[in-house]
Amino acid sequence: MPLVSLRDVRKSYPAASKNSEPVTAVAGVDLDIDAGDVFGIIGYSGAGKSTLVRLINALEPVTSGSVLIDGVDVSKLGEKELRKLRLGIGMIFQQFNLFDSKTVFNNVAYPLRVARTPKPELQRRVAELLKFVGLADKAGNYPEQLSGGQKQRVGIARALATSPRILLADEATSALDPETTHEVLSLLKRVNEEFGVTIIVITHEMDVIQTLANKVAVMDRGRVVEQGDVFEVFSRPREASSQRFVATVVRGVPSPAELSQLRERHPGRIVTLSFRDGSGSQGAVFLELAQAGIGFELVYGGINDIRGQAFGHLTLALTGADAAIDTVLARFAETIEVTESTSSDTKGADRG
Amino acid sequence: MDELVPLLPRLGVATYETLYIVVLSLLFGGVGGLILGLGLYTTRAGSLYPNKPLFAVLNVIVNVFRPIPFIIFLAAAQPLARLVVGIGIGNTAIIFTLSLAAVFAISRIVEQNLMTVRPGVIEAARSVGASRLRIILTVVLPEALGPLILGYTFIVVALADMSAVAGLVGGGGLGTFAIQYGYRQFEPVVTWAAVLVIIIFVQGVQFLGNFLARKAFRR
Repeated sequence: MPLVSLRDVRKSYPAASKNSEPVTAVAGVDLDIDAGDVFGIIGYSGAGKSTLVRLINALEPVTSGSVLIDGVDVSKLGEKELRKLRLGIGMIFQQFNLFDSKTVFNNVAYPLRVARTPKPELQRRVAELLKFVGLADKAGNYPEQLSGGQKQRVGIARALATSPRILLADEATSALDPETTHEVLSLLKRVNEEFGVTIIVITHEMDVIQTLANKVAVMDRGRVVEQGDVFEVFSRPREASSQRFVATVVRGVPSPAELSQLRERHPGRIVTLSFRDGSGSQGAVFLELAQAGIGFELVYGGINDIRGQAFGHLTLALTGADAAIDTVLARFAETIEVTESTSSDTKGADRG
Repeated sequence: MDELVPLLPRLGVATYETLYIVVLSLLFGGVGGLILGLGLYTTRAGSLYPNKPLFAVLNVIVNVFRPIPFIIFLAAAQPLARLVVGIGIGNTAIIFTLSLAAVFAISRIVEQNLMTVRPGVIEAARSVGASRLRIILTVVLPEALGPLILGYTFIVVALADMSAVAGLVGGGGLGTFAIQYGYRQFEPVVTWAAVLVIIIFVQGVQFLGNFLARKAFRR
């Protein structure tokens, strides 16, 4: 049984005024998240992902559908039971949301006080957590004396205080610089690996998914348009919005604007070959092109690594007889993905 | 200056009376205003106990009473003072009416300052399973403590200002002293003495408020 199951979950907000329509934030989402997963949910601002994550710990009630945690429907729980449930689900935020009036120690101790943890146990646990996030020396400091990365580490320590099985991360690194982002992401990775905490990561940054997640769901206008293993979605995104996200981090797929520039600069046909682990070899491709007497120039490309699996894209400008090129491309298409971009279609026609 | 010297004991009594009126009004009005302000804050849409009708009622009550000039409010509320504290004149009556007026003024100041607490911080407390009452007591009020102290400091100064009209219903204090022995006796020096005491009082209160707020803000 999955740890978290969403079944046809919908969330809409009443109309702001009499003349406006109700706003639908989540429009029928089905998701299964297994224990131990790092599950990424990616989408642009307004895609409904922040609302979706708040339905999981019932900070927002669902409009319809069900959210099951360990098979228990959270929408059927009363306020008191919900509070108990939330002790088992940690949450971290983009703006950290630390209590400015409390010291680092008291921030981390807060959930333990809510859980009525005895004092010696509380002190031991807070010390242990601060050590884990590397802030043992900052216990007496106030949040304003910390850097962004340190604040988020306090946020993580606070979220883990009651040893939850699930951690919700709502754009947890979006307010951080790239280096600090990396620091926080590796900390979250340790949380998953050392404590076995299931992490649900909301983000609009594909590199967060790339470094951290093993599963991903792509959200667009309140719906999940694509989901699966991170490698699958990265190496072969099917939906337009997934493709746009993948293009932000995957080197090698030229954007439409870049494609039209490439077409201007290079004569011949522009073809992108997408390799996935074990599917065809780049050397064989070049060899075959040469043998068929087709002129080729590498104009764009790159090889990526996702959790130890490699894939890549090479964009070539091909010159020669059309018929010869068609024959070779058809043969390539048997093992690798071939995408030819034509001037009439900036998105590229799929010939694979 | 000579005319002031025999009046100094009376100035001392007047100062004591002003302090007495202001401190008690601050106590009653401060507690009442805090409760009403919390009511306004928590019943607002999207807050901890959203309740549209209740918020609308509280909001209208505050809006009706707050703008009434105090000197008129004092006269208008006299029957109510008689009903509640048994007397319509003197310091007791003015403390009652001033407390009541302060409740409405303070409630707005409390509401405004609580609104500065970031919603995300409240969400963080909810996400760890804290009850709403616990959130109010351990998150909302402590997070807003600095601005609240400054708001109450502002109110103490306003109370000293409002208490000066106590003479209208037979109350004492520095206002009554200044009018009775200064203005009516054509002794501006006496009036100025009362003014000086009020300035010193206001400065002291503001200094204390700033000091406490600085501690709360930790800067």
